[in-house]
Amino acid sequence: MAPQVGLFIPCYVDQLYPQVGIASLKILEHFGIDVEYPESQTCCGQPMANTGCTNEVVPLAKRFLEIFKSYDAVVCPSGSCVSMVKHHYDEYFSENKEYDELKAKTYELCDYLTSVLEIKTLAGRFPHKVGLHQSCHGLRELRLASSSELVKEPFGPARELLESIEGLEVTQLQRADECCGFGGTFAVAEEAVSCMMGEDRVHDHEQAGTEVLTALDMSCLMHLDGIIRRQKKPIRVMHISEIFAECL
Amino acid sequence: MPSHPKLANEFVKDKERAKWHDQSLWFVRSKRDKAVHQLPEWELLREQASKIKSYVVSHLPDLLEEFEKNAKAKGVHVHWARDAKEHNEIVHSILKQHQVKRVVKSKSMLTEECHLNPYLERHGIEIVDTDLGEWIVQLQDKPPSHIVMPAIHIKKEEIGELFHEKLGTEKGASDPQYLTESARQRLRQKFIEADAGITGVNFAIADTGGFVVCTNEGNADLGTSLNKLHIACMGIEKLIPRASDLSVFLRLLARSATGQPITTYSSHFHGPAPDSELHIVLLDNGRSEIADSDEFRRSLNCIRCGACMNTCPVYRRSGGYSYSNTVPGPIGSILGAAHDTKANSSLPFACSLCASCTDVCPVKIDLHHQLLTWRKEIRLKGLLPLSKRLSMKMMSWMMQAPRLYQFVGKMARKIVPYLPRFLVYNPFNAWGKQRELPDMPKQSFREWMKQNHDRK
Ligand code: SF4
Repeated sequence: MAPQVGLFIPCYVDQLYPQVGIASLKILEHFGIDVEYPESQTCCGQPMANTGCTNEVVPLAKRFLEIFKSYDAVVCPSGSCVSMVKHHYDEYFSENKEYDELKAKTYELCDYLTSVLEIKTLAGRFPHKVGLHQSCHGLRELRLASSSELVKEPFGPARELLESIEGLEVTQLQRADECCGFGGTFAVAEEAVSCMMGEDRVHDHEQAGTEVLTALDMSCLMHLDGIIRRQKKPIRVMHISEIFAECL
Repeated sequence: MPSHPKLANEFVKDKERAKWHDQSLWFVRSKRDKAVHQLPEWELLREQASKIKSYVVSHLPDLLEEFEKNAKAKGVHVHWARDAKEHNEIVHSILKQHQVKRVVKSKSMLTEECHLNPYLERHGIEIVDTDLGEWIVQLQDKPPSHIVMPAIHIKKEEIGELFHEKLGTEKGASDPQYLTESARQRLRQKFIEADAGITGVNFAIADTGGFVVCTNEGNADLGTSLNKLHIACMGIEKLIPRASDLSVFLRLLARSATGQPITTYSSHFHGPAPDSELHIVLLDNGRSEIADSDEFRRSLNCIRCGACMNTCPVYRRSGGYSYSNTVPGPIGSILGAAHDTKANSSLPFACSLCASCTDVCPVKIDLHHQLLTWRKEIRLKGLLPLSKRLSMKMMSWMMQAPRLYQFVGKMARKIVPYLPRFLVYNPFNAWGKQRELPDMPKQSFREWMKQNHDRK
C-alpha cells in the first residue's frame, strides 16, 4: 500500500496561492502517493514564533501535532514552515515521542521527492531560463542544498530536478544564495531594508537572464513578486511545484 | 534610543550610498569565501575553535586565575575591572602614576565599549587612535561603524575632505596612497610624542600568561616599543587555554575578517621589555553574566572577526550606526541586548533570520538562533510594542479556530479585489509602499479541495 501522506499547506498558501497546493497534490498523486488534506489545519505558528510570542504558538503547535501525527509522512511545499515544525517546536514538547516521530517524518516537498521517493529526474519540457531563489530556511536550517559560506561538497537536489527537465536552463547568479529580505514580519517591521534586499535579488536575476523565478517557498516569492510587479519587470514568478506539475 | 528600523530607513534613503556600502562589504565577504575555500580543513578548524572557546567560557574563573598567575610571574601587572567605569579609572590611575600626557592606542574595540577616549580627554590626556580607519572616525568625532574596518562607511573623497580640513592636505585629493601617506606622517609624530601605548588583546594565553595582538599596520608594535608603558585592555572572554591553540585561531581570524591567510603582524607579548612596564586590565562588564546563561553563553566564543557583519544583508544595507551599539551586526545585536535590553530591544528584530551569519562564523556561534531567543526574552520582559503583541495574539486566536480563519479569508477574497487602490495602498500598509500585494484568488485551496477532490 502506498504511504499515506498528510498534505500540509501553509495558511498563506491556502488563502493566497491555492495553485501551489493543487500542484503539490498533483505531483504527489502522480507518483502514486495516497494524499490526504486534513481540513482542520491552519497555521504552524511561525509568524508568532519569529516575533517572540511563544505563548501564542503553543496551542498551534499542539493542534499541529494532533492533526498530523497519524500519517506516515507529512509533506509541505514550504521549507520555512517545515523548518518551524522540525526545528522550533522542541521547546513546546518535552520528551514527547509523538512529536519526535512527527519531526522525523515531516518533509519539504522537493526533499520528499528526492530523498524519500528517490526521484532524480523529471520528464516533460519547460523551455525557459529559470532562476532558483534559495530560500534561507530551506537552505541553512533544513540543509536542502549547500550554502555558499560552508566548505562542503556542493549539492542541490531541487536544482538537479529542475535541470533534468528538457529545455530548462537554471540561471547563474552573482550572489548565489543571499536572502531576499522577506523574513516574515521583518518585511513590514524593517520595510526599507527588506525592499532594498528584494530589489537587489530581482536585479541579480535580471542580469542573469531569468525569465521564470522559482523557489521552494512561496513566501519569498510573494515578496519578490510584489517588487517585480510594482516595478513592472518582465519576470514571471512560479513556485517550484507549479513548474514540476506543468511537466507531468 | 532611535530604533533600528528608523535609522535604517534614513540610511537606505540615500540609495546610492547604501548600494555602495553593500557592495564594499560584499567584496570582503567574497574575498573571505575565496580564502576559506582554499582550505579543505576549514570546517574542521571551525569545529575545533568552537570547542576550545566553549571550554574557555565554561571554565573562565580557573583559566583566568591561571592566566593571572603566569602573567604575574612574567612581571606583568594584572588589574580587574567589573565595569566600564572601573576600567577607565584603572587606566587613568596608571597613566597618572606615570605622569602621562599623551597616549597612542591601537586595536581596541574594548576601549570603545568603555568610552575610554572621552574619559581620558576629560582628564586632560591626549589619546590618539593609530589604526588608520579608527583615526579617521576619531577625527570625525564618531565611533567606528564596523569592528574590523571602522571607517568602511566613509568614501575616499570624504576622507580627502576631512584630511584637508584637519591635516591640511591638498584640497580635492582622494588618492588613497597620498592620503595614507599624509596620515602616516602625522601619526608618526604622535607615536614619537606619546608617553604610553594602549592596545587591545586578540588572544590571551592561560598557560603562558602572554597575549597576542593582530594588526595589519604594525602600529601596536610601534606604540608599545617606543614607550616604556604598555597597557593592554581585554575582555575576560579573550582567553585561550594553551599556546598550542593559537594557530587554530590565527588561521581563522584573518581569513574570516578580510580574506587574508593571516594578519600582517601577530605581535606576541610575554612580559614587559627591559626597563618598561606592562599592565593588563581584565574587564567583565556583563560578560560573566552572559557566561552563566545557557542560551547566550556561546556568544562569548566571539573572536571579533566581523565576518557576520560582512555577510549580514541587513548590516550591509543599514550601516553600522543604525545599531546604536559599539558592536553592530548580528553579534552586536546579541551583545547589545544582553547589555541593555530595553535600549536595544529593536536590534534582535533587525534580522531576516537568513542564518548566513551562523554559517560564516568561524567559531560556530548559532547567531540567528540567539537572535530569535532574544525576541522571546524581549516579549517576556514586556518590551515588545503593543501593536506587535496584539496582532500576534489575534492571529493565534484566529488560527486556533479553523472556521473563523476560513471565514476571514473568504471575506478578504470577496472584498479586497473591489477596494479602491488608495484603501489598500496607504501609509498604514508598509507592505504596499514598494510592493504589490498578491492578487486575491477566487477560492482558497481548501475550497478547491472540497469541490474537486474525491474524498476517499
Ligand atoms: S560572531 Fe562570529 S562571525 Fe561575528 S564577529 Fe564574532 S566570531 Fe566573527
